[in-house]
Amino acid sequence: MSSVITRVRLKQIEQLIEKGKRLDERGVGDYREIKIEQGLIERAEGSARVLLGKTEVLVGVKVETGEPFPDMPNNGVLTVNAELVPLASPSFEPGPPDENSIELARIVDRGIRESKAINTEKLVIEAGKKVFVVFVDIYVLNHDGNLIDASALAAVAALLNTKMPNYEIEDGEVRIKQGYTPLPMKNHPITVTLGKINGKLIVDPWLEEEQVMDSRISIAFNDEGNICAVQKGGAGCFIPQQILEALKIAQEKAAELRKRMDW
Amino acid sequence: MNEKPEKLIDKKGLRLDGRKPDELRPVKIEVGILSNADGSAYIEQGKNKILAAAFGPKEMHPKHLSLPDRMVLRCRYHMAPFSVQERKSPAPSRREVELSKVIREALEPSVFVEYYPRTGVDIFIEVLQADGGTRCASITAASLALADAGIPMRDLVVGCAAGKVDDTVVLDLFDTEDKVGSADVPVALMPNLNAVTLLQMDGILTPEEFEKAVNLAMEGCKTIYTLQKEALKTKYMDVKQEEEVEE
Amino acid sequence: MPTFFEKKQVVTPGEVLAEGDYLAGENTYAEDNKIYASRIGLANCDNKKVNVVALRAFYFPKVGDMVIGTVLEVGFNGWTVDIKAPYTALLRASDVLSRAFKPQNDELSQVLNMGDLIVAKIASYDRAHDPQLTVGEPGLGKITRGQIMKVTPTKIPRVIGRKGSMISVIKQETGCQIILGLNGVILVTGKNPEDEELAMMAIQRIEEESHTSGLTDRITQFLKEEKAKREENKNE
Repeated sequence: MSSVITRVRLKQIEQLIEKGKRLDERGVGDYREIKIEQGLIERAEGSARVLLGKTEVLVGVKVETGEPFPDMPNNGVLTVNAELVPLASPSFEPGPPDENSIELARIVDRGIRESKAINTEKLVIEAGKKVFVVFVDIYVLNHDGNLIDASALAAVAALLNTKMPNYEIEDGEVRIKQGYTPLPMKNHPITVTLGKINGKLIVDPWLEEEQVMDSRISIAFNDEGNICAVQKGGAGCFIPQQILEALKIAQEKAAELRKRMDW
Repeated sequence: MNEKPEKLIDKKGLRLDGRKPDELRPVKIEVGILSNADGSAYIEQGKNKILAAAFGPKEMHPKHLSLPDRMVLRCRYHMAPFSVQERKSPAPSRREVELSKVIREALEPSVFVEYYPRTGVDIFIEVLQADGGTRCASITAASLALADAGIPMRDLVVGCAAGKVDDTVVLDLFDTEDKVGSADVPVALMPNLNAVTLLQMDGILTPEEFEKAVNLAMEGCKTIYTLQKEALKTKYMDVKQEEEVEE
Repeated sequence: MPTFFEKKQVVTPGEVLAEGDYLAGENTYAEDNKIYASRIGLANCDNKKVNVVALRAFYFPKVGDMVIGTVLEVGFNGWTVDIKAPYTALLRASDVLSRAFKPQNDELSQVLNMGDLIVAKIASYDRAHDPQLTVGEPGLGKITRGQIMKVTPTKIPRVIGRKGSMISVIKQETGCQIILGLNGVILVTGKNPEDEELAMMAIQRIEEESHTSGLTDRITQFLKEEKAKREENKNE
């Protein structure tokens, strides 16, 4: 569990937010500084590292061959996993994925899958028998709040950086050839997370704000501005007005981020 | 393997199971059906059959999981191996882990956790038969189990999903509609406080469609809420009615 | 300034009971100038205070309450007792032993062992600590005879009845001694098991029909009928 936050600090955060301000001098609608680096892990077929303020997430993509899902014989396979590595935070314990890392992986997965970001039809080697399997592994290296948005950005950046090995089929066997092709991408989902403190919505909550907020809502948008994933989290609740407000703010921020990323 | 249906809504505007777009599946609820649990409830919604039980408040074991100033909720959503078309392994899947979390977060806002420091309540949900919308029906049953256990609450929590099939926003998707349709929006609500405690979405919806789906789901929630309350009251009215008949 | 319920109406958590100048009583809470029910029960209004008599509730420890509990564990300097509440209770050895307590010499399990039943009072309780029990008053201590049954704690007042009318009837008709723990645990001690069972059946009926009227008369009738039946069976 997270360490105890002092009451004084709690009050400080709440009072500032009443005035539309935050401890790090951001406005309630501002993201922290974002830095993205791609291709830093050579052994992976694709990789990207995102720094969102001090939150650091590294995503590695591995592309292998495998069998398609029985009910989707003409599509490649996507699988997303997340690790909240113990060195990233005193609150992360070693062991199998807990509910937080599973939820994180599934939210990022939803954004990519529902927006059809990867053109999985182009990942078929032999329909019904052999396809490319794309493994997206999210590695949280430092937790300073808003792992969802950082991971989602890093995942898409890593996919955009991913190269699939070229292959040929000889005697029914798949042989890897020289050279690579970029992973076929059709869309670039962007996820925006808002936290709620005392009824006020803040964009990109950082660690201490996360300890104060009663709930969060994450909304993923595709290139066309349509919603492809939504997840409310935390033990609080939203009145319908707040949902609509969050939606509006998220739309604006997603468009801003999209422009910044040039996706 | 079943063939995927081409059209989910026919020319008359009726869905594959004969329902209109804004129609709920039939719902049946019973409270207090397990003698060993402190509180329990059973729900049938369409082909869904779900059992929920609550144990507590009681001291938590292991102790380090308890909180000094409030009660902790633990929730386990689990599907029986025979609940779905293809047998599901009894081991908890990643989906069950995520749903256990979001269901717990849907119920927690309704409970006065600050009344009982250092205690815990365990909520167990067993899906005996699944046909789409199980997380929502589970929340409806689990909330009743908590009330049946005598745990003070701000309101009952009720769940219902809406989504999009073909080009229409519809209420209460069943499994085929969920799999073949283009979006699923599960919602849970505390109706008297008009507070949404669960909200998820997967698929593709324009912001307008999303708003429409959320509103439709909330309406569905309110309808099921009346059935929830009735189920809770029925338990205590039965005896009264028996008496009146005897006299 | 209205209330929104009828007398003896069953209300559920979240139902609005009143709006305006009212106070939130038992099993209710106030928000936004309204009073809501927080438990399922029967709503009533007493001089601007809205209460709900809960139909389903568990016992919550209160200082001064007499309770009946089961010893769970024998510890170093006392016993852990199950009082059917969210918290286990503690009974210190110093409370039971009249002389100074020496851990090396005194074998606590000889005094009270796992599984023993006790009648005790809650001596202290606060949010940060488990309730402490005392048996240092007359009528409290280890139970050696009788049968135990459990009812929902909120029904105990009904079992007592107005000015003790209900409990007197049961005691009279069955000849049993009945101790009512406020935690819902009841000790029935009679001359023979049949009398004890008769009393227990009556109490069970009270629990099931507690929210109906004319109960005292019906219980009296029930007890007389049962006794008559037993007389007949004996004579056959």
